[in-house]
Amino acid sequence: MARLSIDHLRKVYGEFHAVDDFSIAIAEGEFLVLLGPSGCGKTTTLRMVAGFIQPTAGRITIGERDVTALPPWKRNCGLVFQSYALFPHMTVAENVAFGLEMRKIAPADRAPRVAEALRLVQLTGFDERYPRQLSGGQQQRVALARALAMEPDVLLLDEPLSNLDAKLRQEVRVEIRDLQRKLGLTTIMVTHDQEEALTMADRLVVMEKGKVRQIGSQRELYEKPADRFVAGFIGRSAFLDGAVAEAGRFRTGGGLDIRCTATASGPATLALRPERLAIGAEAEACANRFPARVEHVSYLGALLDIDVRLTEQDRILLQMPNRPGAAEPKPGDMITIGWAEDAGLVYPREA
Amino acid sequence: MTAARLSLGRIALNGAATLSLGFILLPLIFVVWLAFFRQEIPSFPPEGYSLKWFQAAANNKPFVDGFLLSLQVGVLATLIGLVVGVPASLTLVRHRIVLGPAINTLLLLPLVMPGIVLGTSLYVFQIETEIATGLPVMGSLGGLVAAHSLVVIPWVVKLVTASLAGFDRTIEEAAQNLGAGPWTTFRRVTLPSIRPGLVAASLFGFVTSFGNLEMSLFLVGPGRTTLPIAILQYLEWKIDPTVAAASVIQIVLIGAAMIVTDRYVKLSRVV
Repeated sequence: MARLSIDHLRKVYGEFHAVDDFSIAIAEGEFLVLLGPSGCGKTTTLRMVAGFIQPTAGRITIGERDVTALPPWKRNCGLVFQSYALFPHMTVAENVAFGLEMRKIAPADRAPRVAEALRLVQLTGFDERYPRQLSGGQQQRVALARALAMEPDVLLLDEPLSNLDAKLRQEVRVEIRDLQRKLGLTTIMVTHDQEEALTMADRLVVMEKGKVRQIGSQRELYEKPADRFVAGFIGRSAFLDGAVAEAGRFRTGGGLDIRCTATASGPATLALRPERLAIGAEAEACANRFPARVEHVSYLGALLDIDVRLTEQDRILLQMPNRPGAAEPKPGDMITIGWAEDAGLVYPREA
Repeated sequence: MTAARLSLGRIALNGAATLSLGFILLPLIFVVWLAFFRQEIPSFPPEGYSLKWFQAAANNKPFVDGFLLSLQVGVLATLIGLVVGVPASLTLVRHRIVLGPAINTLLLLPLVMPGIVLGTSLYVFQIETEIATGLPVMGSLGGLVAAHSLVVIPWVVKLVTASLAGFDRTIEEAAQNLGAGPWTTFRRVTLPSIRPGLVAASLFGFVTSFGNLEMSLFLVGPGRTTLPIAILQYLEWKIDPTVAAASVIQIVLIGAAMIVTDRYVKLSRVV
């Protein structure tokens, strides 16, 4: 059964469609991530679920309850804000107890629940501190504990890690995910960080300009991106512009003939994942094989990023593992690259 | 060379600062000094020192009554000023309302309006109100408190608006998300965050009301005299140091209030 349903949700500001026809059913205990560039409508969607923005149209249901018209304080959604939004004049314990107090839980019954929430986020013993006496990471945990203590029906995370430094972000990411699994909390997280989204989500929603571009697992998004935007946003892709001349033939602007699986003819873009490209001897068996000039090589430790030019107009990016002893291409080298017929994904050109 | 010029500039600056400070403090110092003179007619050098003027001030019925009335009016006006000024500031800061900036200016106006003008206008207004309604407005405590509220409101609006400017509204959203309705959110989250502004506004509003002379002159009724008016009336007949003693008591009380307040709220941060 769906814990949280969003049906045809829409938010329009004058002429601007902040969120355009968003529908999804989130299962009990599922971790859903809304991913997209800034201004894509992901935060607006989250804020509509929390009740801070009134939708123009659509319905939000939590369990059996239609909450669309309810004010934020009657929704029981635990929200962790990007800025944490801790109450500066209250101690850690008072912050965490606030939600319980609002639910009219007796002081004696609050204490063990506050202690439990703080234990979950490993902040036992910080009860009497004030938010200003805590580091960013600790404040983040308090915000999480505060949302967890009220035992929300849905946990909402608004870019919860964006104010942490890179190393801490990695740790907290895993912690939040573990905690979410352990408590079986239905969760929606908003982020623009692709890596964060991929490591934490059960399922992802890619949004752009208010529209849902694709909903799916990490594998589905990466291997079968629904459109050119998703292909470019999730992972990296090289794009070749051209047209499908006949079924199975793509002709680039630079005049290359590429075998592909597309059938519909017309102007299109071919997307290639860098790791699907083969170089040199490995390229011999590929359906598509082309000579290419190395333009630029970036050393990334485990990988080498290589920019190559196929024709004056056609450039692509490929990746090769950095193996000791392997010949490393240098700018100006001529190499052969190749890829399988089904490696290139063809998208009709957007008007 | 540069160092020498720098220190020269420093000396000039310190000199100017000392001069300005002296200009501000000298009258205060003289008032305090005078309060302890023994002779009745202030003249230099003092003939001796005495505490009798303090006793005279404490036994002067107009002063005591005036002090109590000023205290009463000041407290009531401050409360009304807060009740009117806080919601006004919240609305002005948070909502784009029609004529918002104009209303803001209007609320601050009593601060820059000459007391005589304000007093005259209110005098006429209160008389007209009394004629129109038949209610005893003129010279009443209510009329005086209402007028004093007018000079408290600008302080509240000014200081609360300033406190709200730096206020992070997401903590209000956090409270609502945790189940707090609008009133609880205001009481538990918003109010504590703007408390320094409220304390400072109350203090300055009260002092403004307490020391107000010009406006009050038009509005007091028979048997109802504020302390500044009582002092003025006394000075019309006598110039002995009783007035200085009464002033010293005021300076000490207000100074103490500021020091105590400053321990809880750094006034220099809000004003």
